[in-house]
Amino acid sequence: MEKLIKLVPRGSSSQSMFILAPIFAIFLTLLTGSIIFFLMGYNPSNALKIFFISPISNAYGISELLVKATPLALIAMGLSFCFKNNIYNIGAEGQLTMGAIFGGGVGIYFYDISSVLILPGMIIAGVLGGALWAMIPALLKTKFNTNEILTSLMLAYIALLILDYLVVGPWRDPDGFNFPKTRPFGESGRMPILFQGLRIHFGLIITLILIAFSWFIYSKTIFGFQLKVSGFSPKAARFAGFNKNFLIFSAFAISGAFAGLAGVGEVSGPIGLIYRDISPNYGFTAIIVCFLGRLHPLGIIFASLVIALTYLGAEDAQLFLQIPAAVGFVFQGLVLFFLLGSDLLVNFKLRLNN
Amino acid sequence: MIFGIVNIILIGTTPLVFAAIGELVVEKSGVLNLGLEGMMLVGAVSAFVTLVLTDSYLAALIVSLISGLVMSGLFAFLVLYLMANQVATGLALTIFGIGISSMIGKKYVGTPIDGLSPYFLIIISFLVVIFIGYFFKKTKLGLIVKAVGESHHSAHSLGFNVIKIRFISILFGGAMSALAGFYFSICYAPMWQEGMIAGRGWIALALVVFATWKPERILLGAYIFGGVAIMQMNLQAFGVKFPGQFFNMMPYLVTILVLVIISGNKLRIKLSAPACLTLPFNKNQ
Amino acid sequence: MNPYLLEINNICKKYPGVIANNNVSFNIRDGKIHALLGENGAGKSTLVKILFGLVTSDSGNILLNREEIKFKNPSEAKATGVGMVFQHFSLFESLTVSENLILGLEENISFKKLKNRAIEISKKYDLTLDLDSPINNLSAGEKQSVEIVRALLQEPKILIMDEPTSVLTPNESDKLFAILKKLTNEGKTILYITHKLDEVIKNCDEVTIMRNGEVITTCSAEAETKETLAVKMLGYKVKSQVTDYKSVKNNILFQVKNLSKEYNDPFLTDIKNISFSLKEGEIFGIAGVAGNGQKELMELLTGENIDNIRGEVLFDNTNITNLPTKFRRELAIGFVPEDRLGHSAVPELSLSENILLSQFAGNKFSKIGILNFEEIETYTKNVISNFNVKTPNELISAKNLSGGNLQKFVIGREISSNPKLLIVYQPTWGVDTGAESFIRESLIKLSKEGTSLLIISQDLDELIEITHSVSVISKGKLSEPFETKNLNIEKLGIMMGGEID
Repeated sequence: MEKLIKLVPRGSSSQSMFILAPIFAIFLTLLTGSIIFFLMGYNPSNALKIFFISPISNAYGISELLVKATPLALIAMGLSFCFKNNIYNIGAEGQLTMGAIFGGGVGIYFYDISSVLILPGMIIAGVLGGALWAMIPALLKTKFNTNEILTSLMLAYIALLILDYLVVGPWRDPDGFNFPKTRPFGESGRMPILFQGLRIHFGLIITLILIAFSWFIYSKTIFGFQLKVSGFSPKAARFAGFNKNFLIFSAFAISGAFAGLAGVGEVSGPIGLIYRDISPNYGFTAIIVCFLGRLHPLGIIFASLVIALTYLGAEDAQLFLQIPAAVGFVFQGLVLFFLLGSDLLVNFKLRLNN
Repeated sequence: MIFGIVNIILIGTTPLVFAAIGELVVEKSGVLNLGLEGMMLVGAVSAFVTLVLTDSYLAALIVSLISGLVMSGLFAFLVLYLMANQVATGLALTIFGIGISSMIGKKYVGTPIDGLSPYFLIIISFLVVIFIGYFFKKTKLGLIVKAVGESHHSAHSLGFNVIKIRFISILFGGAMSALAGFYFSICYAPMWQEGMIAGRGWIALALVVFATWKPERILLGAYIFGGVAIMQMNLQAFGVKFPGQFFNMMPYLVTILVLVIISGNKLRIKLSAPACLTLPFNKNQ
Repeated sequence: MNPYLLEINNICKKYPGVIANNNVSFNIRDGKIHALLGENGAGKSTLVKILFGLVTSDSGNILLNREEIKFKNPSEAKATGVGMVFQHFSLFESLTVSENLILGLEENISFKKLKNRAIEISKKYDLTLDLDSPINNLSAGEKQSVEIVRALLQEPKILIMDEPTSVLTPNESDKLFAILKKLTNEGKTILYITHKLDEVIKNCDEVTIMRNGEVITTCSAEAETKETLAVKMLGYKVKSQVTDYKSVKNNILFQVKNLSKEYNDPFLTDIKNISFSLKEGEIFGIAGVAGNGQKELMELLTGENIDNIRGEVLFDNTNITNLPTKFRRELAIGFVPEDRLGHSAVPELSLSENILLSQFAGNKFSKIGILNFEEIETYTKNVISNFNVKTPNELISAKNLSGGNLQKFVIGREISSNPKLLIVYQPTWGVDTGAESFIRESLIKLSKEGTSLLIISQDLDELIEITHSVSVISKGKLSEPFETKNLNIEKLGIMMGGEID
């Protein structure tokens, strides 16, 4: 069977397609979204407006956008260290959870003490928690050559179960009417708010600093260079004398640390305590953000804003149109589908076969 | 009493069996589809809604299966023809499935239906597992699927159409996941609730590894996993203070253990993990 | 009666930059074992791929029993009676022997029928076959038996065997030839690809010798000796030596003593007690046909794969046997491996970035972990201009350079670091003639400046041209060194053809 349209490999990757593909994907997503809204009986332009425009039409909305984008961008940035090295860390949700548990644990322990040391202590604990949890798949990979996709994934679910156990059992708030949540942290255990009346907190600043720091590491240091080479050509990395195991551990440690930081950021920031729903799938959605952002700091910032908007839009859609909030996931899934599809055009050209 | 326990286990683990046996075939052909959770939800909601609208179990079954084929077909198209990353695409499928099933099912949450007896599908699940076991052991097509999953380049040079075989395997997996969803919303619950699959899709994935890609072991593994869950519930009922969450962790912990054990090369071959799992096939290389 | 089963007429096949088959013509007699002899790059594998339908020729034709054949894929070849046993098996490790056999068959027959036919064939030709054993439990010889049975099940008229004894023990090789003899006694024809002279003399009826894509001659194997074959195979006259013996000093810089390593892998060559030494300023060549341990030896010398190594490697009186690559580099040893893309250079990275793959002692490319881009850029630009690398700038990705230019860059990168010893594997493989001469001149110039060079190459002409002395590696063993200007070509050919004491 002769194909009508043939895929012809390009001589070199198309730079313009590399940047256009995400934009193309977003456009297609909006188009498909409107069709879905229409099929379900909603006015598409109205629905799109409520979904994408109204959530950020005021200062509070923009602050909410940043509240959601912060952990997404942070986790995605950490994940980029792994994905660039062809390491599939799918368990960021678990590393985030462990960060929240470790960091939040410190917050609960000192709930009635006032000191400037508490929040930094929580942050350090959270970073450690996430990094340690990520070391497990790293260890299994370097020592036993175990595939990290399934191990990191399984560990994510184990972490969520540990969280469940803690908030229902030993860490449950004694004054909390038996709800599955912990005590609220004290004042000292909360991230400072940036603007009066808005929820956006200091975590945003930390995230931006870490993103800049990551960019610096990746493009300006020997370590970043070693990661790059190892991801492209393991044989060349061996030739150059780079230590493969060290790089694997580092990539996992960094992404685990970032995810753990996002976790403690969430519980000490907008939430203020630990309960079951500390993360609406951030660890998994961050993977989408990472891909959509092309594993690049600027792209990740842009992508995290776009994806955060789908969360907000979903909440508003539920409020105003009674569409279930899970519609946000529809958009997230769609944008990744379209991106993965149009990705092909970076390395291949379409040609009509006569 | 034992009969009661066996009964509960059988009824509770059948969706796992369907989803896992489907994914087993997909993975044997060399593809990893992380979208089980999403496909099961879509299968569940489409079955439920169809039943409410048409009052026909047959229609519900057909629509559910079609939904599974569409979802998995989308995955297959992206992964085989556009050579998209299998891990990312599978995740996207799950996330999308969670969302779209919520949207479709919104109007019907809480609608009562007459559930179908589960025993019918339980028997079907046995038959499917036995058939797939026979398929891989005794048929040439089953051999070809195994060959494609083990070394797609060798299979290609022997003249087999790697893409076509993987495509059909993926579609089969989609149909099975949808069937699992159908069972869930029509026989087990029976109702529709947002996110009702509650992570069983991930357990099904773990089950495939735990069973080391052998069909008979899917049944064994499902009953062990189910048995553990039952034990957990009963212990709590008897006031034993052992936290249920640690029981629920067992499937995941054991799966990690199995993964570590089979990561040594010789054992992998003995335990039949497909060597080409997750590797994209580019016939020009 | 036509005595020829196959008539190959003027087959031509060109690839970008190289003529793989240039008017190849010869005939294969029915019922004979016909050898196809030649070094690597001679064009043997291209021709065979054309015969089996994996590749199509640009021009020329092939007649099978006087009828023209032009296969578009292996299935057509198999159906028309051409069978092939590959050098690197295409078997499925986790499946059993009978399952692999079924997969190789075009038709659908029942397991039972297949088993019967397979047992029949294995009995007839004395091929041991355990039908229910998984492939991964078999030895290399047993795996090859499976491949042969798989090919025979199709009832071929001609069986092509690609370097079959490369993975066999001497015992297994003898057994194989007994089987081949049985096959020809029944009227089957064998086309036997090899570079081993003794096998040709002992077991084959006729031989076609190829070199550089052309057929040199076709003759009867009985009338030849190893020496005459060697001359025909390598067939060159002593070239004018370019190298300068005055640069060789008296002190020994680099010494390898009884280097050995076992790999337990039939596709890798064990290294057996290799010893040689290099004087300061000397260019020493190691010649040999591919697959005799060159790659393995290279990895032992670079430090990339040195577990379980035995013996000693001494550089400048320092024992570097177990030293990793990075540290060897810091002692001023440079390395140029065979593969460019993916080994000595990363295709997706720019030339400046690729400079960083080989960092010598005292380099200023980074300070406290932070890259010094200015320094890197200057250094890269110098390499580009000093070594004639044709590229618009240093930011171009390595994969966009032609083979010759990338090789000049890689070699230039090493030379610019002022090494005391440079080890190169295949310096001009896949490189255009202009770059070829430039590279060879650069290497000679380097030795004149006092650097010692070890060059491992399959290009004998090249080694003759630039080395001071040369040894031959065969089956993991190294011959004694010979001064290049007084080389005995027959002796060399015999060693390359398989025999080192």
